[in-house]
Amino acid sequence: MKKLTLIGSLGFLGVWYLAVALQLAPSKFLPMPHEVIARLVNLMQEPFAGYTLWQHMASSLQRFTQGFGLAVLIGVPLGLLMGWFRWLDDIVTPLFDALRFIAPVAWVPFAALWFGTGIGGPMLIIFTGAFPPCLINAYRGARGVDIKYLEAASMLGIGSFKTITEVLFPAAIPSIIAGLRISAGLGWLSLVGAELIVASSGVGYMIVKGQSAIATDIVMAGMLAIGFVGVLIDVAIRRLESYLLKHKTSY
Amino acid sequence: MTITYLKKAEKTPETETATANSNKLNRRTLVGLLTIVVVLLAWWISTSLTGFISPARFPAPKEVWESLIQISTTGYGNGLLHQHILHSLLLVAMGFAVAIAVGVPLGLLMGYSKKAEALINPAFLVLRPIPPLAWIPLAIVWLGLGDAAKILVIFVAAFVPSVINSYTGVRNIEPAIMEASKMLGIRGWKMVTEVLVPGAFPMIFTGLRLSLQASWTTLVAAELIGALYGLGSILNQGSQDIYPSMILVAMVCVAVCGGLTTALLGKLENIAMPWREVRVAP
Repeated sequence: MKKLTLIGSLGFLGVWYLAVALQLAPSKFLPMPHEVIARLVNLMQEPFAGYTLWQHMASSLQRFTQGFGLAVLIGVPLGLLMGWFRWLDDIVTPLFDALRFIAPVAWVPFAALWFGTGIGGPMLIIFTGAFPPCLINAYRGARGVDIKYLEAASMLGIGSFKTITEVLFPAAIPSIIAGLRISAGLGWLSLVGAELIVASSGVGYMIVKGQSAIATDIVMAGMLAIGFVGVLIDVAIRRLESYLLKHKTSY
Repeated sequence: MTITYLKKAEKTPETETATANSNKLNRRTLVGLLTIVVVLLAWWISTSLTGFISPARFPAPKEVWESLIQISTTGYGNGLLHQHILHSLLLVAMGFAVAIAVGVPLGLLMGYSKKAEALINPAFLVLRPIPPLAWIPLAIVWLGLGDAAKILVIFVAAFVPSVINSYTGVRNIEPAIMEASKMLGIRGWKMVTEVLVPGAFPMIFTGLRLSLQASWTTLVAAELIGALYGLGSILNQGSQDIYPSMILVAMVCVAVCGGLTTALLGKLENIAMPWREVRVAP
């Protein structure tokens, strides 16, 4: 199996090199793999479109944290509350169903109209991308709580607030974390979309500038960096999950 | 994103629960309708009646209606509304169709054969984490601003979920079934049609649904960046003209198209898997 993986990796690079060697596309449009890597290293040191790759990535991550953080802070509590209060569920669900089919990037014109190129615009777009999974998974997690815990809680005379924080929330953690992973993925995607259109810094902006300079190597290096950081975010959330669940079993 | 699974109404003698359920459903729809009405009313009051929200920020209902009439009769941004919608639908259909035609078999193969998985995985691992929207600049460099670039990015967006879910679907087939089919000497094409596809069907459809959603998102982004026709191009044009009511019309159209195509896929799912107890809600 190890051998096959190696052959697969080499094959992938081989096809790529072959395509360049056969001049399927001018090298301007299809750089060789090592050129992309070299460009990636180069972008970390020399600024392109105003900043180095590190600075672009930092401003992307800052936007992402703000939009994603807001989505989690609103989505998760709202989902839990909807799982507990039937009337809230009845009110929010139809609105949510009406809005959820609007693709996050379709908010771009309004984001531009409301916030200009300020921080609010990208934040709104990331929020619309990241919000639905937070809400849905917290809600499903809360609805999936074993009824006997709820009965025990009500028998012990715990009020609504405490039931939500002490019973629903801990029981819904696995579902919430699964939601956060989807939500972070969609948030990261929406961030790239937002930066392609309304931003003057960030990795998405960087690849758009690479595109208009017809610098395919910069575009590809940017794509690799975006993909890599996306994976890192996912790993971080999984770490959080194992930390939270370890906590849960220990008590 | 929400996939509500409803249990098929069980034929139980307890009619009481049935009526209780239908009452609950009625109450839900009633409250739902009421909420929508209240929101629409609040929209009307805050824009048209009191002018609390400036029309430059968010359009009034009347303006939206006029924009809808305008785009469907005299046209806006190079075409009439139905032309834009058809154009967008066609692009999504093409990218999506090619993606599932390639992605699903590839996923099935990777799920079935460990060797194929080891061979293909390295390339897939590099490409998979790259968000489809990040392909847009590359597609533009390669193919320009035309339809081909859009089909390429829709393909990329729809491809990854269809591969992953078909793969997972095959991996989740019960080992007993796989062993039995091996023992019975099923192989080749029969293996695909009799074991792999039926076994992985639910996951394949989950993949298709995710693919479809990703297709719409990507299409809108690609058309926003540069296009002559399509719903995204209306958004872009409306944004440049600072025409909030037209922007809202385009957003609603995007949502309706996405919703309708997803509902259609749900219908297909129910038809394709008549043996399933659990049905996808419309």
